[in-house]
Amino acid sequence: MDVQRKFGDPILEVNDISLSFGGVTALENVSFDVLEGEVRAIIGPNGAGKSSMLNVINGFYHPQQGMITYKGETRKQMRPHHAASRGIARTFQNIALFKGMSTLDNIMTGRNTKMKKNLFWQALHVGPAKQEELEHREYVEHVIDFLEIQAIRKTPVGRLPYGMQKRVELGRALAAEPELLLLDEPMAGMNLEEKEDMCRFVLDVNDQFGTTIALIEHDMGVVMDISDRVVVLDYGKKIADGTPDEVRSNQDVIEAYLGVVQDDELAASQNN
Amino acid sequence: MNPELLFFFETVIGGLMAGVMYSLVALGFVLIFKASGIFNFAQGVMCLFAALALYDFMAPGGWVDRWFGFTFPVWAAIALTIVVMIILAWLIERFVLQYLVKQEPIILFMATIGLAYVLEGIGDILFGSDVKPLDVGIPQGASDWLWDNFNLYIEKLEIFAAATAAVLVTVLAIFFQRTRIGRALRAVADDHQAALSVGISLRTIWVIVWSVSGIVALVAGIMWGSKSGVQFSLSLIALKALPVLILGGFTSVPGAIVGGLIIGVGEKLAEVYFGPYVGGAIENWFAYMLALVFLLFRPQGLFGERIIERV
Repeated sequence: MDVQRKFGDPILEVNDISLSFGGVTALENVSFDVLEGEVRAIIGPNGAGKSSMLNVINGFYHPQQGMITYKGETRKQMRPHHAASRGIARTFQNIALFKGMSTLDNIMTGRNTKMKKNLFWQALHVGPAKQEELEHREYVEHVIDFLEIQAIRKTPVGRLPYGMQKRVELGRALAAEPELLLLDEPMAGMNLEEKEDMCRFVLDVNDQFGTTIALIEHDMGVVMDISDRVVVLDYGKKIADGTPDEVRSNQDVIEAYLGVVQDDELAASQNN
Repeated sequence: MNPELLFFFETVIGGLMAGVMYSLVALGFVLIFKASGIFNFAQGVMCLFAALALYDFMAPGGWVDRWFGFTFPVWAAIALTIVVMIILAWLIERFVLQYLVKQEPIILFMATIGLAYVLEGIGDILFGSDVKPLDVGIPQGASDWLWDNFNLYIEKLEIFAAATAAVLVTVLAIFFQRTRIGRALRAVADDHQAALSVGISLRTIWVIVWSVSGIVALVAGIMWGSKSGVQFSLSLIALKALPVLILGGFTSVPGAIVGGLIIGVGEKLAEVYFGPYVGGAIENWFAYMLALVFLLFRPQGLFGERIIERV
């Protein structure tokens, strides 16, 4: 990023989060924040706890310890539907779409938290409810245009190729008009062209809608290109936090990724 | 009219009416399957349970009569039974389903088998296992008008059941197609996690679905109870709903109706015209044979969602 970008206050702060399943520790005393308007990347080797962290943020997992502050409200744990209604949308590492539904219907489900008119009017399909449905439909069409998926509007998503499914999933998240968008490996398994498209969408979302984005990604080139700040996790612990440049030159990060021999082991082998 | 042709019509119509009764039971299955991908083994027992509760609210000698010394009129008893079914749905969610989120369908299926036995046991302890004549004021006997004008023998109860089923299906179809809950419901059926992430509350949806299917079970229970008395064999009718579902598709409300009608007509016609050649009693197994044929050639049923699998 050449241009100096300005960000607002933290929209999300996670404080001293620890999470374990039985005896296995997934996260240990992790703290970081996400500023309004930035693209924040979470990276780390496999099993570092990245996905667990996202799941804690949107309430799928409940940490044993720590606090989460979202939009000024501090709680011990989030609940998925509460998180969704407060403006957190997400995508999944292994695509979680409604396979039997069309692209359009899938993205419409993203509007769920925005629909307020009562069931009776919806059922009759008249008056205010009809008006509401049309407004939602309009917004969804807007999202479809933005993601350039007009051609697959009516196709059941189970039949779409992988890259397209990833895009529909992003569409569903965008339809909720999120303030914080969590992306779990949005470019995993994509070819170069699809990756470039996805990068462009992520940056455009951030730019045009001002949406704050927290993303997990494995492709280092991508991460360094699109993110403003990076958190690095390793074995459930935070080992670095800063701009891409700072993180790249951090000794712990280099060791975590390259698997450098520990000093004492080195000393031991020299003694022999 | 030619008496043979008349007999044919009577058989077909009789079959259609019997089919409507199957459809009513099958509807309850479809609702829960649509919303959670579970085949609810307890659906038949829920019909029985609803009918037992209804009977108890209005019959002399029931709990209400013994404790408070009065019985409820029919409409109040039906309203109260609806409340009972909603409470039951809430209890099922609270004590069973809540702990099984994200589990395999087979595990949820096992849970409903357990549920079936628990409900049957509770029904037996509370209300006793004797056959109870249920009378909610549905007209009984043959329709005179059809008999006088067309020489057709059709029970009034069956006509009433058909009309009720038609109304029920219309209301449910509108509910599923047009409301936010309907869309949320289909979403939950497809992927729990994804549904949660767009802000759908699984627990609310489950309570709603089980309540609605409890109410459908009540309607089915009333019809069967009025026809042949409230008895524990009612829970076995659930088995007849299985071929109906295979024909119609597990996820389709209209499919449950059409499937029921085909089974009803099919087994009557087979019994009357084919039965004598093989010694009769075809009615008991014909439905299952038909289901087997469907499984071979069209496993998703007539109206079910296409099974799409990418490999």
